[in-house]
Amino acid sequence: MDTGLIIEKSLLVLAVFGITLLIATYLTYFERKVAAWLQDRIGPDRAGPFGILQPLADAGKMFFKEDFIPRNADKWLFILGPGIAMFTALMTGAVIPWGPNIEAFGRSISLQIADINIGILFIMGVLSIGVYGIMIGGWASNNKYSLFGAIRASSQMISYELAMGISVITIVMMTGSLSLRDIVDGQHGSFGMGWNVFYQPVCFLVFFITALAETNRAPFDLPECESELIGGYHTEYGSMKLGFFLFAEYINMFISSAVIAALFFGGYNFPGMDAFSGNTLAILGTLAFFGKIVFFIFVFMWIRWTLPRFRFDQLMHLGWKSLIPISLINLLITGLVIAFNEGWF
Amino acid sequence: MQSLSNKRKVVSDKKMTLAERIYLPAVFGGMWITFKHLFRKNNTLKYPEEQRVFAPVYRGMHVLKRDEEGRENCTACGLCAVACPAEAITMVAAEREPGEEHLYREEKYAESYEINMLRCIFCGLCEEACPKEAIFLTDRIVPTEFERDEFIYGKDMLVESLDHRIDITKRQHTGKRSAI
Repeated sequence: MDTGLIIEKSLLVLAVFGITLLIATYLTYFERKVAAWLQDRIGPDRAGPFGILQPLADAGKMFFKEDFIPRNADKWLFILGPGIAMFTALMTGAVIPWGPNIEAFGRSISLQIADINIGILFIMGVLSIGVYGIMIGGWASNNKYSLFGAIRASSQMISYELAMGISVITIVMMTGSLSLRDIVDGQHGSFGMGWNVFYQPVCFLVFFITALAETNRAPFDLPECESELIGGYHTEYGSMKLGFFLFAEYINMFISSAVIAALFFGGYNFPGMDAFSGNTLAILGTLAFFGKIVFFIFVFMWIRWTLPRFRFDQLMHLGWKSLIPISLINLLITGLVIAFNEGWF
Repeated sequence: MQSLSNKRKVVSDKKMTLAERIYLPAVFGGMWITFKHLFRKNNTLKYPEEQRVFAPVYRGMHVLKRDEEGRENCTACGLCAVACPAEAITMVAAEREPGEEHLYREEKYAESYEINMLRCIFCGLCEEACPKEAIFLTDRIVPTEFERDEFIYGKDMLVESLDHRIDITKRQHTGKRSAI
């Protein structure tokens, strides 16, 4: 096998791993800042200039807390839960195309760790494994609140993954490929503005709502609602195991924003991109992609600090009686339009 | 019944309209409200660096005043302790010995005078009850401590020092004595 390819991919894996962790770390800071801004406050500003060392202080606190395991908990599953949550959260970054190819050292380097031809399916699969971390953690805690949280997480996942899958199928039908690279390239359009969101606004809305539910963000944070379940699945967790659960949520948020940006907002396509080429295009494209990701992360937080939590029956009604029919009808219409364009009638 | 304000809202469980059932108008409305708050001035006061401006009659930590010649005003009559609704004040009275005239204004004085700052509700009734203009509430803040017993302030904390007089003119309603 080509040594250059191995080195290139290893470096890319390290870079994506590092950037994901860094961004997730700073999302905790950013979340508190956004919350403060939306509530006319200042937010953390004590640790370092503008409080930018706050995540380090939080991590230091987490590490020095007692690593407690309840007596009646299933010890191995208790440790496995946060591990799975973290592992699956980090895995999804592998198939996301972070930017156009870079020309360097006489070779074309793809800014995507693995361009597998079922990329979006891989993400859906790994995301649904992610709920096992929550379920196992909640079950192993041997605590009724944790168990409630775990049950809610799994039922929420089942209800919303269907609508999410259907809206992804709609996009796949339009593009004709499951590979994320192809989906992003297919949104180039005439001047980098052929984004799917202009063709599929309903599909985007459904996908966005289900993405909120999949990442357990407010208003769908029923698995961990503090007021009813005193923390839900991570009630019994402390120290860095709790940190892993919270961290996994932020990584999921980052990856979800990346997927939304890639599927609906053209990924690294940006208006006027035809004026550039080569490495300039690659860098600008990557920056554009990250700009879109940051915007969606902000929207995630904005929604969290605006909306109250859904009641459980409202959640189920919304999932089964609204989102799934809407996405099915949307799928049907898309299919009819595609068939019409292909000249079936 | 007469309503106390005009904000009364009649609650009914009518069927929700379509706009209410699809949530989105309400969601976007809410997001617009929070978005406007992004650009609003924040109300935070960074406390140790900035301090709030107190009202002239702010009721904070107590002071036991001395008169112009530096003698303690308090005669340990106990009216403040009786007036105190939180029962935060205790005192022990003692008789002035000859040669102590420069220390205490009258024949009787407070040998010990303690205010439990955790019990105190800073209502100012002690100040109102005091016939000698000895105790006043000031605009100083009671600092935080780690132990409960450190909140029981004795005379060492309460009586003003001779060279660092506390200005209480803002709270001196009667004007029977001069400020110092």
